[in-house]
Amino acid sequence: MSKNNTLFVRPEIVVEPNRNAVAEVQRPLSAFEAIYRISWIRKTAILLVLALVWEVYGRWLDNSLLFPSFSETLHAFMSGISSGVLLQRAAVSLETLLIGYGLGILLAGLLTTLAISSRIGNDFLETLTSMFNPLPAIALLPLALIWFGLGTGSIIFVLVHSVLWAVALNTHAGFRSVSNTLRMVGQNYGLKRFSLVRSVLIPAAFPSILTGLKIGWAFAWRTLIAAELVFGVSSGAGGLGWYIFENRNQLETANVFSGLFFVIMIGLFVENLIFAQIEKRTIRRWGMQH
Amino acid sequence: MKNDFAAAPQSSSTPVDPSVPLLEIDNVTLQYKTSDSLVTATQQVSFNVHPSDRYILLGPSGCGKSTLLKAIGGYLQPTSGRIRLKGKEVSQPGPDRMMVFQEFDQLLPWKTVRQNVEFALHASGRLHGKEASDRAAYYIEKVGLAKFIDSYPHTLSGGMKQRVSIARGMAMEPDVLLMDEPFAALDALTRRKMQDELLRLWDDTNFTVLFVTHSIEEAIRIGTRILLLSPHPGQVRAELNSIPPEEMGTASQAQLEQRINDMLFAH
Repeated sequence: MSKNNTLFVRPEIVVEPNRNAVAEVQRPLSAFEAIYRISWIRKTAILLVLALVWEVYGRWLDNSLLFPSFSETLHAFMSGISSGVLLQRAAVSLETLLIGYGLGILLAGLLTTLAISSRIGNDFLETLTSMFNPLPAIALLPLALIWFGLGTGSIIFVLVHSVLWAVALNTHAGFRSVSNTLRMVGQNYGLKRFSLVRSVLIPAAFPSILTGLKIGWAFAWRTLIAAELVFGVSSGAGGLGWYIFENRNQLETANVFSGLFFVIMIGLFVENLIFAQIEKRTIRRWGMQH
Repeated sequence: MKNDFAAAPQSSSTPVDPSVPLLEIDNVTLQYKTSDSLVTATQQVSFNVHPSDRYILLGPSGCGKSTLLKAIGGYLQPTSGRIRLKGKEVSQPGPDRMMVFQEFDQLLPWKTVRQNVEFALHASGRLHGKEASDRAAYYIEKVGLAKFIDSYPHTLSGGMKQRVSIARGMAMEPDVLLMDEPFAALDALTRRKMQDELLRLWDDTNFTVLFVTHSIEEAIRIGTRILLLSPHPGQVRAELNSIPPEEMGTASQAQLEQRINDMLFAH
């Protein structure tokens, strides 16, 4: 068989694109599509469905001692708010929380700055993190009680412990993932050590730092409520954990639920308003997260 | 003095003698450690860059040309030999030698185009306030990005990002602009455009530039003088004069290209 070497020669084609024939270039979204794109509306819808499921199950079970319905919880919550007890307890909890959280972040900042400026500091942070990060904060509470006594001091100690390692670990990982090019750009301007950390590394590692702050916040809440449940009253006024514990002893299950409900509400508020706003104004705007 | 900074190119603000070398690389050997060995990147490389040179470091990949540029930038110390800028030994990175990198992520993503250029001026202490923002705007306009001055880097294309980096480097008015394959990651069409733009910018201010590339064509198009480095470890193979831009596309270009090709790849 001989190969057929002749090509099939076709005429060339040159066309002017006909703009009028293009049917649609841009079209506004339909009303449903537009609404569906808004994240808080989707989230509110999820919350409403969850509340509905809760209500239906509570009514079906019909045992407010075991599982009060959503409306009963809401009622207990409202009366707790109007009597001022719930607000006062939440204020005590939040104050302790913010002190512990702030101290934890401060220490984490110190440790990570040390860790990126020297190799031994790096080893120090890595060793400490691997030692203490897996240690539950609550396990330290008995020791804290011996050292700091029954009071806010002990709670703050365990709070710092729970925040510190999560924030330090994430911040450090963030610093290390900053591209070498960006570091070199900073050095090119004559930036060194602290000015390099402040002007280049912190903003460049901000997505990781923010994740660390979020995780730290959640850890702090958990630890706080658990610690208050264990020994509750500190310096005369208990927090939300103590409120939950008290009401459980009195079998006021609706109040227990309303205490938990308040913790959830604060969690939703911080996550969706504070952290979401920070995210929107920083890393989203900078194109570092989508 | 202060009000004419924007229009005053660095080479004309202080009269310089073109026969005095600006940057002297004297017998420089560079070595770096990897996890399992000591690698020699360049061996006893010497050359001089004079004011207003468009000096090209050309060589196959792995010949140590980027390492050499980093050493001139002050990011690593030579094992032996000296690097002197205006007679002063280079010991650390500094704003008198601005780098333009190959990577697109060299702009700070949390700053707009304008802020990126201004921040370089602020952080290095070169200029502050109104003077800094005026100079930033002047150079951003020069690279044709006036429309994007308040955009964040992630909204720009690769070529635009490199233009901002060049504007940033030029706004600092360094003694020498160090460019590490700045167009290598761009597509062929954009690369050609950027090369022409660089030459146009040079026509305005005659800044001194040290340019690393592995493309012979780019070297001839951009350079006034070309240093050929042999493959790993890099040693000086030749130092050639390039052809004027008018002769691009003529027989003399093909001839020079052939000559360089023979020197780099003949063994």
